[in-house]
Amino acid sequence: MRRIISVLLENEAGALSRVVGLFAQRNYNIESLTVAPTEDATLSRLTLTTLGDDKKIEQITKQLNKLIEVVKVVDLTEGEHVERELMLVKLRAVGAQRAEIKRTADIFRGQIVDATESAYTVQLVGVSSKLDAFLRAVGELSILEVVRSGVSGLARGEKVVSV
Amino acid sequence: MELLSGGEALIRALQDEGVEYIFGYPGGAALHIYDAIFQQQAVEHVLVRHEQAATHMADAYARVTGKPGVALVTSGPGATNAVTGLATAFMDSIPMVVISGQVQSDLIGTDSFQETDMVGISRPVVKHSFMVKSAEEMAEVVKKAFYIASSGRPGPVVIDVPKDTTDPSYRVPYAFPESVSLRSYNPATRGHPRQIRKAVDLLLAAKRPIIYSGGGVIQGNASEPLIALAKRLKLPVTNTLMGLGAYPSTDSQFLGMLGMHGSYPANMAMHHSDLIFAVGARFDDRVTNDPSKFCPDAKVIHIDVDPASISKIIPAEVPIVGPALPVLTELLATLEDRLKEAPELVDEAARSAWWSQIEGWRSHSDFDHDQRHRNEAEGIIKPQTVVQALYRATGGDAYITSDVGQHQMFAAQYYRFDAPRRWVNSGGLGTMGYGLPAAMGVKLAFPDAVVACVTGEGSIQMNIQELSTCRQYGLPVKIINLNNQALGMVRQWQDMQYAGRHSGSVYQDSLPDFVALAESYGHVGMRVTDPAKLDEAMAEVFSPGLKDRLVFLDVAVDQNEHVYPMWVRGGALRDMMLSKTERS
Repeated sequence: MRRIISVLLENEAGALSRVVGLFAQRNYNIESLTVAPTEDATLSRLTLTTLGDDKKIEQITKQLNKLIEVVKVVDLTEGEHVERELMLVKLRAVGAQRAEIKRTADIFRGQIVDATESAYTVQLVGVSSKLDAFLRAVGELSILEVVRSGVSGLARGEKVVSV
Repeated sequence: MELLSGGEALIRALQDEGVEYIFGYPGGAALHIYDAIFQQQAVEHVLVRHEQAATHMADAYARVTGKPGVALVTSGPGATNAVTGLATAFMDSIPMVVISGQVQSDLIGTDSFQETDMVGISRPVVKHSFMVKSAEEMAEVVKKAFYIASSGRPGPVVIDVPKDTTDPSYRVPYAFPESVSLRSYNPATRGHPRQIRKAVDLLLAAKRPIIYSGGGVIQGNASEPLIALAKRLKLPVTNTLMGLGAYPSTDSQFLGMLGMHGSYPANMAMHHSDLIFAVGARFDDRVTNDPSKFCPDAKVIHIDVDPASISKIIPAEVPIVGPALPVLTELLATLEDRLKEAPELVDEAARSAWWSQIEGWRSHSDFDHDQRHRNEAEGIIKPQTVVQALYRATGGDAYITSDVGQHQMFAAQYYRFDAPRRWVNSGGLGTMGYGLPAAMGVKLAFPDAVVACVTGEGSIQMNIQELSTCRQYGLPVKIINLNNQALGMVRQWQDMQYAGRHSGSVYQDSLPDFVALAESYGHVGMRVTDPAKLDEAMAEVFSPGLKDRLVFLDVAVDQNEHVYPMWVRGGALRDMMLSKTERS
């Protein structure tokens, strides 16, 4: 089962490598990973998606908590949450394709953020499955390049993860 | 405020931590630190012959004293040579601080001479690591390193020290922090009272309970309440390899070590139990055999300071996160309260039935069969009898270190440890070459104690250069070399699983004369080949006349001997080979 694990960690050199190293060392899988400083400059917020059953996820969160620089670990998928991923797709866009891509981008509430005579770059924000659906809709043939941010997420409601 | 260089601040901070010994080896990046060591007396430096030995000495010092051991190495190869020792300490949760010199900050990342990414290389085998950024933060980093190494589930911590942060010409005000707090690190200090009450309920309801205790009881200084609990409820006790000595081995309630080479009664009692009271043990694969077949009728109470150890392999009905000492103490108090109200809660009939079942296993097969007779008949020394002779010669009161292999299992099976911190071996990582440096670390910690290293001719050669260090510092440890002229445990597996094809496990034509080798380092060498002379030789090793001498006793033992019991791979705990032909 896919899980979104949100980690608050000390914004220090080497902290990220400990998290990533832990996953490699213990044979856990990382589907996506995002990390950036928070409103408190001493902390970073890391969000990762991984696959595993309850037992594995329990071990992952326990092992993460053991890292000295990890301040908090939350499994967002345990409760209601909001998750978003950003994607930029460069598509071949010539002739009739140009209008078709524009229409498809509109349906998915994407924006064309760069255009040349033969290519469009589309920006899309949403849950990962929506981004996957867009890629299927435009078809493999027209895709030149894809970059995705990985999932970020927050719990719904007033609950916050803080020190 | 006093002004000190970073190098001086580092050593002063070690003094303020109460460090007695640094085990180390110098090199370019560590020279400012070595100069600071030279100019003080409070911390003594012990010069080893290989950095791996420095880490094992520090590790063993920690195992027997309970205080973090300290090793100091230089950058590059000095640092990489320390990695095996870090991993050894990490696997066994030993508090240790390893200080590594690093090239100066502006050279880091340029592939400079003797540069290696120590923080990166050691990352998977340390509890935490620091790279010092400036002389100003030196004292604080040391304080944090010792705090992290010795609190919670203990472990090794690396302090990587770029040379420029120890520059003697740059001096900063020195103040040793009185306390340290880390917002992201708050290890549990006691167990949850509700969980403890649940554990007491389960203990009282159980018909066939057993205590399974490990290294956490030794590290956590919790032998006393463990013994009290076992006595109060007349519980059978088994210890892991790391837990030997936590419960007195000569006590009638002790069933022996469990696991792959565990005793028949211990493994049978575990398998047939209805409640496992696990404390400071982690259900290692050498204990459980196939987890899906592990103790089918048993509920599990699991006490551990590390929540990640609980329900990792075997699910626990009652998990209790906390150090063994406060948890067991509180559990005992709760139990007493309960029994005061209702003493009839102890089911004497069930307990007595359980013990008669255990006595049945005991009389069927136990370590205690005396093999001396067999020895004399065959004229070959059995390795087990060497450990028994060692036990007799030392009155069971020695510190015993070991290396890894058959001799380690024989030492664990046949030396009876009645006190914690007397048995010192690399249980988790299984590091050959551990035994001699470990014995040295123990001898420095307790100069008046009898310290013996039970080893084999394979393991001892992995750090034999330390005989020179022993000479330099006058460390009269006793080395008992079970010499079967082969890598015995490898050979055993090859006998059992590879039709006796001894691939890469034999070298009898190229072994040194260990007596002459010991003598060349200025020590006493002895050799015994005749079973009838074993006790005599052992008595001489520990005779008052040789009290201040390192004695290397080379014992020619039966090459074909195997360690038994040995479990049947992929089976349950009750599935064991009891000899080459007999299955449980």
